Amino acid sequence: MAKHHGRGVATINYPIGMNLGGDPSQALVHSNPTGKFTVSLSSIDLGQGMKSVIRQICAETLGVPVADVYVDTADSDTGPHCTGSFASRGTHRVGNAVMVAAREARAVMMEAAAEELEVDPGDLETDGRGNIRVKGAPHRSITVREVAMAAQFKQGKTIAGRGIFLVPLSDVDPETGEMSPATCYAHACVIVDVEVDDETGDVSVLKMTSAYEIGRAINPKMVEQQLVGGAWMGMSHALYETVEPYYPDPREGPRDFNEYLMPGPGDICPHEIVVLERPAPDGPFGAKGIGEMCANPVLPAVANAIFNAVGVRINDLPITPEKVLRAIKARGGAVPQARMR
Amino acid sequence: MKTPIQFRLNGEDVAAFVEGGANLLDTLREIVGDLSVKGGCWQGTCGTCTVLIDGVPRLSCITLAETCSGSSIETAAGLRRGSELHPLQIAFMERFAAQCGYCTPGMLMAAKALLDKNPNPTRQDVIEAISGNICRCTGYEPIINAVLDAAREHARSRA
Amino acid sequence: MLEFRKDIFADERDDNLLEIGQPTQRQDMLGHVTATSRYYDDHRFANLLHLKVLRSPHAHARIRSIDDSAAARAPGVKRIIRAADVPVNLNTLLSLMQFGKDDEPSLATDVVRYKGEPILGIVATSERAALEAMALVRISYDPLPAVFDVEEALKPGAPSVNPTYPKNTFEYHGKYDHQKLRFGDVDAAFAQADVVLEDRYQMSPIEHAPTETNGSIAVPDTNGRIVVYTSTQALFFSLDTAAKINALPSNQLHFIGGTVGGGFGGKVDTMTEPLAILAARLTGAPVRYRFSRHEEMQFGSPRGAERIYIKDGIMRDGRIIARQVRAYFDSGAYTRLSSYAVIKCAGHIPGPYTIPNVSADIYCVFTNRTPATAMRGFGVTAIDFAIECQMDKDAVAIGMDPLEFRMLNAYRDGDMKAHRREAKNCALIECAQVAAEKAQWPLRDEFRRMSSRQGGAARAGVTDRSRMPAPAVPPRVPASTTQRVTYERPMPAVSPAATPPPPPPTPPQPPAPAASGHGARRFSSVFGTRRR
Ligand code: FES
Ligand code: FES
Repeated sequence: MAKHHGRGVATINYPIGMNLGGDPSQALVHSNPTGKFTVSLSSIDLGQGMKSVIRQICAETLGVPVADVYVDTADSDTGPHCTGSFASRGTHRVGNAVMVAAREARAVMMEAAAEELEVDPGDLETDGRGNIRVKGAPHRSITVREVAMAAQFKQGKTIAGRGIFLVPLSDVDPETGEMSPATCYAHACVIVDVEVDDETGDVSVLKMTSAYEIGRAINPKMVEQQLVGGAWMGMSHALYETVEPYYPDPREGPRDFNEYLMPGPGDICPHEIVVLERPAPDGPFGAKGIGEMCANPVLPAVANAIFNAVGVRINDLPITPEKVLRAIKARGGAVPQARMR
Repeated sequence: MKTPIQFRLNGEDVAAFVEGGANLLDTLREIVGDLSVKGGCWQGTCGTCTVLIDGVPRLSCITLAETCSGSSIETAAGLRRGSELHPLQIAFMERFAAQCGYCTPGMLMAAKALLDKNPNPTRQDVIEAISGNICRCTGYEPIINAVLDAAREHARSRA
Repeated sequence: MLEFRKDIFADERDDNLLEIGQPTQRQDMLGHVTATSRYYDDHRFANLLHLKVLRSPHAHARIRSIDDSAAARAPGVKRIIRAADVPVNLNTLLSLMQFGKDDEPSLATDVVRYKGEPILGIVATSERAALEAMALVRISYDPLPAVFDVEEALKPGAPSVNPTYPKNTFEYHGKYDHQKLRFGDVDAAFAQADVVLEDRYQMSPIEHAPTETNGSIAVPDTNGRIVVYTSTQALFFSLDTAAKINALPSNQLHFIGGTVGGGFGGKVDTMTEPLAILAARLTGAPVRYRFSRHEEMQFGSPRGAERIYIKDGIMRDGRIIARQVRAYFDSGAYTRLSSYAVIKCAGHIPGPYTIPNVSADIYCVFTNRTPATAMRGFGVTAIDFAIECQMDKDAVAIGMDPLEFRMLNAYRDGDMKAHRREAKNCALIECAQVAAEKAQWPLRDEFRRMSSRQGGAARAGVTDRSRMPAPAVPPRVPASTTQRVTYERPMPAVSPAATPPPPPPTPPQPPAPAASGHGARRFSSVFGTRRR
């Protein structure tokens, strides 16, 4: 009777946005008279960080500090249509929409600034700190606040923009399944180390090492949030969670968190994450969505690590101690596989 | 028949009339108006509704309001002093220890109970202190780190 | 710990950005740590009423009679909502996109098709009063045979679950009971393969378990509109669904949300808003409909269980030459979103690998359980589990390192995917290299030098489009006429264990079926009959 160490790997990709497209999102951006911007959306922040991601994308596009942008969501009277927060689509779809809107607003802002500075708008640039200046002659500059005041009270211009992003709906061929499922894909490789107790069938995840390619990290701290939380959920799906423990027999379903199992704070493990960025040609600043793909590779990597540890394959989720123990028994005992070189 | 109860909430005196079976969670939210306490299961299994009653973390959803008469209750609404955030709140921010934020009030209170009692907790102490609180978003790691940071900060500020 | 490898793909990136890439604090973080973020249930209304629904105790039964007279007279009860009160009592979630046919009532009429299906709504002055009244409702049922297993459900004589789809499968393209994917010739390839491996995988149904349960509050507004505070993940999706069920113009509804206590896919289905709105209209008072945790766990739609069969044909040199998949999505009693996940799954097969012969048949199956819905990784999580477990077995079968085996077969820029689109912007190989380095998983030199950017188009025989201006969105072209004809790839030194002569390449693929009539169908054709 012993504990066996095992290591497993999985590599995956993940399509961003609703499959086949056809899922538009809109955004509105406008400045108040003193040069502070509001983004109006109907998109939902359910914890993934929609408000903050959109805020950074908008600020970058406008060329103003992030503190000068506020994201207001979600009110159906003021926020334009968004298909919803799912399918890893928020950053990609809404991010693109807000870029379009912010570019339109920026163009008006630059025009208004040009009028004040009596130069061509094409000769102007933003410094990202709230100033607009003449390229090559930074002493000739004006603040965004002054521009907004002039636009509103002197020039009668609206510093505002509308944006929509739509990946047109793809067809699906009934015979071959030919289709355009997605325009951009995120990638991941996860290596999981586990320990399997051949006496109890218990599996502990010791360590996760992962590489995620996400196009562009809009905000590294929020990327970390998603990847850490998502990997936890992947581990939870692999080893713990089910609403029908005897599926397809529907009986004995859990009713509360005492009966529905998930790893607690004492069951987590160190997770080393490396992020790669290969910008998506159609992503906002190259960004891809990461909300869903982060959980997926962990499930098979855990299963493969268990095989590596004790030589049994569990093909049915979740991989409960009972299943592991039965499989070890059926195999006549644990059969550790070669260590991964 | 309603029963009058009185308790201290975040240092203020509060009085309310409650139904016989009323729980503390509903009393705080619906009668007293403290919306900082959240409910996630209303059956004592998620920790979201954690408050401190006389310094001890309790699940307000399964605590009869009547039994709280005369106690001192702390909720997340009472954590900051004016505009000054509690070290736990600062640490949660710096560690990005909230995503949807729904578990956060309960987590903060469970962590506060720990730090009030044990200002130098180990990682294991923190894990035990928050093990009754479910978080579906973060994977717990940032929360554990935030509580440890807050403890360190607390120790430093008193040194 | 998070670290970046900025050196990889650096030439494809402009790193001179000011706000992008900064660890800026979340806009909502102060609200979260001060417990002042306002979720839907943090809005207060005088005289709030509470809606609870009575749910079926049977997985499949005919409702013989309902007696709610005692409940209607119970203390605190303001209104009983019956099926007949629902203006449009049949809907399918994707009807707004013309996906499929209306198949799900808001309140069951004559038959209940899963345990937990809503039958009656009780609106009362408190949740407790509603629940106490619920205990007074008398319903008699004639239980019907039920089916719970996806493959059993497809057998002749199986109980029919959903009258809109009497054969227990969703209908694709108005003629098929499943979605197909066909690329190359798997049968010929299996005949050639050195090793053929087949296995079965089973996903479990899973609860989203957001810490905030599903719910909404519908409040009659001063001017006749209804304001709805909601936990939805999709504001307009829920608004339009609720408008349809309530037969209201959409501008009579004002939805407010956007701060939600977790969703993970479980708050798309608009399970509470339509009835909360109906209750508010029938009583003229604000009404909250909030799921208990028990309801959330058992009757809020779960991640569906998928059963997947995979058969792979592999050569001893490491190439996968064929992959065949048969998968059954357990949709539960109604469609909700599973029909969509089937197509997404078909588009995902064979995973991030270049395999010249691929075939898949994916079914959306109805059973007598809680309808399934989207969850994080929808349509992909289960197939990824199956594919990646299978990849491991394939590697063991031919004695190859499982990571190198994946890298060898990884898709690269320019490869043709099974759904007949060119692979671009690939990075699987690089992820594998970086994770291997970090975890000290030794890779041989040639694998450490591999690149997603090299060897794809050439080996795949796909027209090099890299010099063409990149379109903003993929062109809506019919079948690619440049499907690769050879799948030779630069082989790394063959693993020391086995050095058989490389097998002959797979025979040239027949070109994709003629472009005529190909890919030109409207998407709605995928889902058969249009809604209206
Ligand atoms: S709401 Fe009290 S423990 Fe869940
Ligand atoms: S942050 Fe969402 S549950 Fe913890």
